[in-house]
Amino acid sequence: MTPEEFDRKAEAALADSQLRRNFAFAMGSFITRRQALFSDPAETERLRSLGQAVKRRVLSRLPELLEELEANCRKNGIQVHWAETPAVGNRLVLDIIERHAATRVVKGKSMVSEEMHLNAFLETHGIEVVETDLGEFIIQLNGETPSHIIVPAIHKNKQQIARIFHEKVPGAPYTEEVTELNAIARRTLRRKFAEAAVGVSGVNFAVAETGTLCLVENEGNGRMCTTLPPVHIAVMGIEKVLEKMEDLPPLLRLLTGSATGQRITTYVNLISSPRRPGEKDGPHEVHLILLDELRQTLQCVRCGTCLNHCPVYTRIGGHAYGFVYPGPIGKILNPQVAGLDQAGALTTASSLCGACEEVCPVKIPITALLRRLRNEATSPAAASPVPGHGCRRSRAELLAWKGWAYLNTHPRLNRALNRLLGLIGNEIPPAGPIERWTRFREPPHFERTPLHRRVETMGDGDD
Amino acid sequence: MELRPHRFPVRQDRLHGSWPIETADRLFLRNLQPPTVYFFGTCLIESFFPAAGTAAIRLIEREGVAVKFPAGQSCCGQPAYNSGYPEEARAVARQQIRAFGEEDLPIVVPSGSCAGMMRHHYPALFAGRPEEASAERFARRVVEWSEFMAARLGARLEDRGEPLTVAWHSSCHALREMRVIAHSKQLIRQLARVELVELARERECCGFGGTFAVKHPAISGAMVNDKIDDILATGAARVLAGDCGCLLNITGAIAHRGLPIRGQHLAEFIWERTHDA
Repeated sequence: MTPEEFDRKAEAALADSQLRRNFAFAMGSFITRRQALFSDPAETERLRSLGQAVKRRVLSRLPELLEELEANCRKNGIQVHWAETPAVGNRLVLDIIERHAATRVVKGKSMVSEEMHLNAFLETHGIEVVETDLGEFIIQLNGETPSHIIVPAIHKNKQQIARIFHEKVPGAPYTEEVTELNAIARRTLRRKFAEAAVGVSGVNFAVAETGTLCLVENEGNGRMCTTLPPVHIAVMGIEKVLEKMEDLPPLLRLLTGSATGQRITTYVNLISSPRRPGEKDGPHEVHLILLDELRQTLQCVRCGTCLNHCPVYTRIGGHAYGFVYPGPIGKILNPQVAGLDQAGALTTASSLCGACEEVCPVKIPITALLRRLRNEATSPAAASPVPGHGCRRSRAELLAWKGWAYLNTHPRLNRALNRLLGLIGNEIPPAGPIERWTRFREPPHFERTPLHRRVETMGDGDD
Repeated sequence: MELRPHRFPVRQDRLHGSWPIETADRLFLRNLQPPTVYFFGTCLIESFFPAAGTAAIRLIEREGVAVKFPAGQSCCGQPAYNSGYPEEARAVARQQIRAFGEEDLPIVVPSGSCAGMMRHHYPALFAGRPEEASAERFARRVVEWSEFMAARLGARLEDRGEPLTVAWHSSCHALREMRVIAHSKQLIRQLARVELVELARERECCGFGGTFAVKHPAISGAMVNDKIDDILATGAARVLAGDCGCLLNITGAIAHRGLPIRGQHLAEFIWERTHDA
């Protein structure tokens, strides 16, 4: 995506007053609910530090913990597969589905499957994929992608959803009653659950020492996907592994509190094996696909609270970003995965206000990473792991900063220029950046006598 | 400028956050000369809000503290640092470290953002370089103006103005990096005839963000206009802030919309209401 495309999308979103109202309302209530839950600053700080420590410990021992997870999952009867890239992951999922001669798949909410563009891949191979999370169900009906990583249809209000159901679900009447809308979704999905031979889900955490997969959800659809169909395929990014079961409670609390302001979600699923002899339910096969992608931002637990607190996201919504992960996490993750040449525009779309960093449950230094990526995009230096490195180098911009640095390291010249600007600065017609500034503001007004002159006459100057 | 009598005697050792023990030497010095601090004017105040700078200096001096304004100062370097040009930012940061010398006196900064840059980012900018130690020493001396006035000097303000309602805008870096908002508000609340009203979304950025405002003007414009609507909703005709970046943005957009709201730096406002006519 070019900077111009991003700006165009952002401006289209800004011009959509319904969209802005939807996001402002939803993000506002998420912030309030999180605040109500994390009301004790000292305790919250302690918990965030613990979350950070757990994730750091895990990431520092990632290779051995993944092997331990694999060994313990196998011991429990879960089949483990490794996927180096999304393409390999998609192929593995398709192979399992084809082995069971299945044509229908139900899916619980999974961001990693969005990263892989799994649905599109399966559909090109003739597989029907049904999203069963209510938000995902809505946007799938409407042919959209998620605009938020936790609440994918947050950009839609009741009326818009009513219209989508009426138009896209056969036989559904137009209704704005929430209970009736829920009933329409439930009726449609129940049939799909019963017919599907394979259920696909994501994973929130996987515990290495026990070989346990943990999934949180509020609707119960996730549990239907992982228990009703005879085959369950769980897809996870390798950064989701935890070392010990005792690491789980603090991270669960951080995840649900940060994501939706809940003390605990309605459903917390701990999956440790397929159906055992004598058991009455559960899938006969459980597969775990571990996706290993280049990720520098591996501490993330995908709670989405950085989206909720972001003043930019709140105004332009998820689709304007043009990538699977929007918001602050998307601004640092996408350029590292897709390359700065593809996603570099996202790195400048931040005022570096730090609202995201302040609430991140695992303390990812988002503003520092944004600065680093801005630097990588503009600097010539060699060894960098970030693809598209140096793609936004511009001679003109570099010269401008060199000139700025020269002025600010030559005080006499700088002061002389400031005095001159005090006299004639307001006469200069707005151009370039100043012209863009004046689209919403008057140009800055130079005062006739700059501060250093005033200080000299006050008698405080020491030169 | 002449020093006013010490209304509340201040000791040099109290000006400094990191001063551990009051030594005999310090006591000796205290008796010989008035306590002294440095003042960093910031590049935006230099050109666009000089009255805020003189007011901030006068208010410190009124507490019986001498103020030095080094001529070699310019900008904290944040614009280049945040835009991905750390080399250029380092050159400008070095200039400030040189200009403020080795004397272990506080450097008072009338901006949460510039103070945050010098206090928290200089050490990172020079990490692993020969200047690391001097950048650390410099950073420890930096203190934001309202914190300095309220917490270190314990300034007592006497309001001489007419009754007025004001709204307060918290800059992101004063809020999250320097964490000085309580001090800024403490100063406002000392003014007996000033009513302080809070913005509904006080913790939300005004959309300035330096080059962000000109790289993504539409997003930045939407943010500042929402901020102004928030100010309008309070009914206040005056909005105060401790950061001139935000003020440049907010007052520029207020003027663009032709609204009768005045934006002002906290120091200028306090000076206006408390100095002898």
